[in-house]
Amino acid sequence: MITFKIGGVHPHENKLAKESAITPLAPPAKVAISMAQHLGAPAVPKVAKGDKVLAGQVIGEPAGFISGFVHSSVSGTVAAVEPRADIAGNMVPHVVIDVEGDEWDPSIDRSEAIVRDITATREEILAKIKEAGIVGMGGATFPAHVKLNPPEGKKAEFLLINGAECEPYVTSDDRLMREKPEGIVIGAAIMAKVLGGCKCFICIEENKPEAIAAMQKACAGYPGIEVLTLKKKYPQGGEKQLIDAVTHRQVPSGALPIEAGCVVQNVATSYAVYEAIQKNKPLFERVMTVTGQCLSDRRNFLVRLGTPLSYVLEAAGGVPEDAAKFISGGPMMGKAIANMEATTQKGSSCLLLLTEEQTRREPESNCIRCGKCADACPMGLEPWLLNKLSRAGGQMEALEENKIFDCIECGCCMYTCPAHIPLLDVIRVNKAEVMKLIRSRAKK
Amino acid sequence: MDSTILVTVAILTIVGIVVAVVLYFVAQKFKVEEDERIDLVEACLPGANCGGCGSAGCRDFAQRLVAAPEIGSLFCPVGGNDVMQKVAKVLGQEAVAQKKMVAVVRCNGTCENRPKTNDYDGYASCKVKAALYSGDTGCRFGCLGCGDCVAACKFGAISMNPDTGLPEVDDEKCTGCGACAAACPRTLIELRTSGPKNRRVVVLCRNMEKGAVARKACKAACIGCAKCQKVCPFEAITVENNLAYIDFNVCKLCTKCVSECPTGAIHKINFPEKPAAPAAAPAAAPQAEVKAKEVTV
Amino acid sequence: MANKIVSPAPHVHSEFTTVRLMRDVLIALAPATLVSIYFYGWNALLLLLCCVATCMAVQYLIEKFLLKCPVTVMDCSCIVTGVLLALNLPPAAPWWIAVVGSIVAIGIAKMTFGGLGQNVFNPALVGRVFLLISFPVAMTTWAAPQSWFGGVDAFSGATPLALINEGLRGGSTVQEILAANPGLTPGQMLFARAGGSAGEASVIALLLGFVYLLCRKVIKPHIPVTIWVTVAVMTGIFSLCNPAEYTGPLFNLFTGGLMLGSIFMATDYVTSPMTDKGMIIFGVGIGVLTVLIRYFGSYPEGVSFAILIMNLTVPLLNKYCKPIRYGYGRRK
Repeated sequence: MITFKIGGVHPHENKLAKESAITPLAPPAKVAISMAQHLGAPAVPKVAKGDKVLAGQVIGEPAGFISGFVHSSVSGTVAAVEPRADIAGNMVPHVVIDVEGDEWDPSIDRSEAIVRDITATREEILAKIKEAGIVGMGGATFPAHVKLNPPEGKKAEFLLINGAECEPYVTSDDRLMREKPEGIVIGAAIMAKVLGGCKCFICIEENKPEAIAAMQKACAGYPGIEVLTLKKKYPQGGEKQLIDAVTHRQVPSGALPIEAGCVVQNVATSYAVYEAIQKNKPLFERVMTVTGQCLSDRRNFLVRLGTPLSYVLEAAGGVPEDAAKFISGGPMMGKAIANMEATTQKGSSCLLLLTEEQTRREPESNCIRCGKCADACPMGLEPWLLNKLSRAGGQMEALEENKIFDCIECGCCMYTCPAHIPLLDVIRVNKAEVMKLIRSRAKK
Repeated sequence: MDSTILVTVAILTIVGIVVAVVLYFVAQKFKVEEDERIDLVEACLPGANCGGCGSAGCRDFAQRLVAAPEIGSLFCPVGGNDVMQKVAKVLGQEAVAQKKMVAVVRCNGTCENRPKTNDYDGYASCKVKAALYSGDTGCRFGCLGCGDCVAACKFGAISMNPDTGLPEVDDEKCTGCGACAAACPRTLIELRTSGPKNRRVVVLCRNMEKGAVARKACKAACIGCAKCQKVCPFEAITVENNLAYIDFNVCKLCTKCVSECPTGAIHKINFPEKPAAPAAAPAAAPQAEVKAKEVTV
Repeated sequence: MANKIVSPAPHVHSEFTTVRLMRDVLIALAPATLVSIYFYGWNALLLLLCCVATCMAVQYLIEKFLLKCPVTVMDCSCIVTGVLLALNLPPAAPWWIAVVGSIVAIGIAKMTFGGLGQNVFNPALVGRVFLLISFPVAMTTWAAPQSWFGGVDAFSGATPLALINEGLRGGSTVQEILAANPGLTPGQMLFARAGGSAGEASVIALLLGFVYLLCRKVIKPHIPVTIWVTVAVMTGIFSLCNPAEYTGPLFNLFTGGLMLGSIFMATDYVTSPMTDKGMIIFGVGIGVLTVLIRYFGSYPEGVSFAILIMNLTVPLLNKYCKPIRYGYGRRK
């Protein structure tokens, strides 16, 4: 069975929302679309209070190389362009729109028909992907047009479409693969064309047999695209681990996947590319799972970007009595939500509710030097040592020697630690400090 | 038996002498030539190795002092002016007297003033909490309460008050080294002059949100109304970004701003308690004065 | 409704806790413990209770009154130490041996270093070795297995290794000694016919525990298997070359507490290396030292000392045996 070699853990998959078909969620009366939905500089708002906008219209333009376009997800009037709090309570520029009707930009093809012929040229495709504001929808939100345009001298040999969805609870990619398989495949074909023609693998974990079957059927007419079944293991969906599992190559430390001749894109990103190129539709809505044991009605919604999370939760039956933690994303790497009035973004794959019993941390006790953290680490690091050095203080060189910057923050170490030591909490902040040190050293 | 003992003693003695001689020559060969004044200066320093002077420990500071053409700009906050006088004498220079600085925690968001809006369950470190989100209250500028400042202090001069959830500085022990200020991710702690009779007037708030927002999060917030600025006779107060700030070099401790502030964000520290309004004014007045004098030592 | 919880990721935790791991070790030790009580009767039970009770009491007293830190007795690590120490004692030993050994094991070998996770040497082994050196007579008075709760008649019967040792010194060859003692075939020892300390009674019981620990993912097989392979190979070579002076691999594997030591003492988390490479080197070291002490040392029994010596090397092994990292070379 195909899998990555180093580390990994096996959390319960809890795919509770698996059988819930994707249902569109009508937007609320007011949406607040964030300008910072992607890695890099926040977009610059291009509309002002009082402007009329249509769904699919540009409302924010990129502010640098690593930045992206932002589009309105609704039709209506701009109520304000102001800073608002995101899920962590940090103030970020938003465009707030009063929703009126549901009119889309007329150039968008709203029909259900699947458009198979890829007529655009490579340059046209890249430009269109950029204009459509497509970013990595697996959660990293890296601008897709930058990833699909490798620098001079680097050639992509493999395009990996990431349908692993290794995080427990999340089922948005699973449903998308089951319901829109051909769109994903055409998107992959488009991206393969942009990369100058390369072998394409659609990688799906074994716990999604219906998705595997659907994607295999859809790939039938596309010779360069193949479906691969991966062993269920977390973090199989991490791009470094995916590349190791499928190609037996490893991305060199500090480098991007293109160094290993690979480009990895999420299935939802692939579908967004299909819609952008074949249907002229920019990215303004996405599939989002709403789930948790305490929620009786688990759903997979097609949400418009800028929808308040509290509204999404209301649509799934409201806040349950015993919900204690609200998470944007999965339980291993998702972000706990401090502010439920924050709105959906391009990387919002899931809204997960956990009870006190499921999530309250046990008190920390002495490290028993069992080595389980090092066994679990998919990057082959030693979290017990990184934690010890970090807490000692003043050990930046030792941390660098022990490769703290290679940490992908997957959470396997902390998940597994029998002494309940908050390993990743400590490693994360020290990793940031070491990387700051390395960057300032490089500048000199 | 005798010969065994004699031989043993003889051998050990010879080995001891040989090793001593070897060590002596090695010590001479690898001796590091140093200015002998460095040792003298180091002896004057407190030896806390706290880094408050900006150097890596007292020895490093001593080397810096000896190497510097003039020591006016260098200062040991722990030892203070006394130590700098001693150092100046050793080096044959003039010491510039500096004002004593103390750490001031510029937040009064106690558990009572500033209710919690969520329950933080992560590792108890302000650095981790600040990197994660805006905090477990409505104020994204206020104290996070995990005690990174307490852990940073080498002198035991700052401690967490469990009732208020805020750190408290012990003026006696604080040396003004600045470690707590550097440790605070919200830059709440400021080194301010200790002030005459150890008194100071400070705005205990760093919230830069609009007044209504700040007040909603915390009862004791500065709302940027600028009443304090208007009433200050010495122009010591500036209001920027909805937040007032008192310049400690200009402030003359008249405390007019303290009574003017509508939210009680400005505090006077180490001032005597005002005696109760006397019923028989003339008779009480001299007593009140005497009382004031006694307290302000 | 209470305030919502906010923390950094991950937001869930695996089923592993320190208490669960310790409980699993106790369950794995249960077969061997029960067998020892079955064979050696009330005294073995008394020793067990004395060890466990004293270990818990010593840890409690030190934590509460000396160190004034939170009491962690209920994480069960002191109970594990107590049981292991009890299994390492000769079943005829007096109760005060158990008490003294426990005080040394917990008080000196564990708490002086800082408690759980900080000790350099395996506490149970330190206790045992301390007793061996301080009370040699009490610690080498063996009993042969008796029937169910038949009580223990202490007679100076020797363990198989001691028998061999004495015999060799007396001038006999290995074959002669084995012929004179029909109870010393490997088959017999597998099913507990030879004497020894309380825990050496049954190899099968210990192996059952080993399998349980592997299934529950408490330990990895690297250390025990490496020890067995090293011992088997070394003794195999020696005994092939000179069968008159050197005992064979099966004999050495099944006797002298090698099974107990390799499965439960060498794999103690705190005092063993944390990487696979380190574990293998650790295992080889223990195997070599055990065989050397058994063949050429003055003690018939070598496992305890071998493990303690290798415990010393663990910080070095942890420093130089790093795990395989991702991104520093092509995957093979």
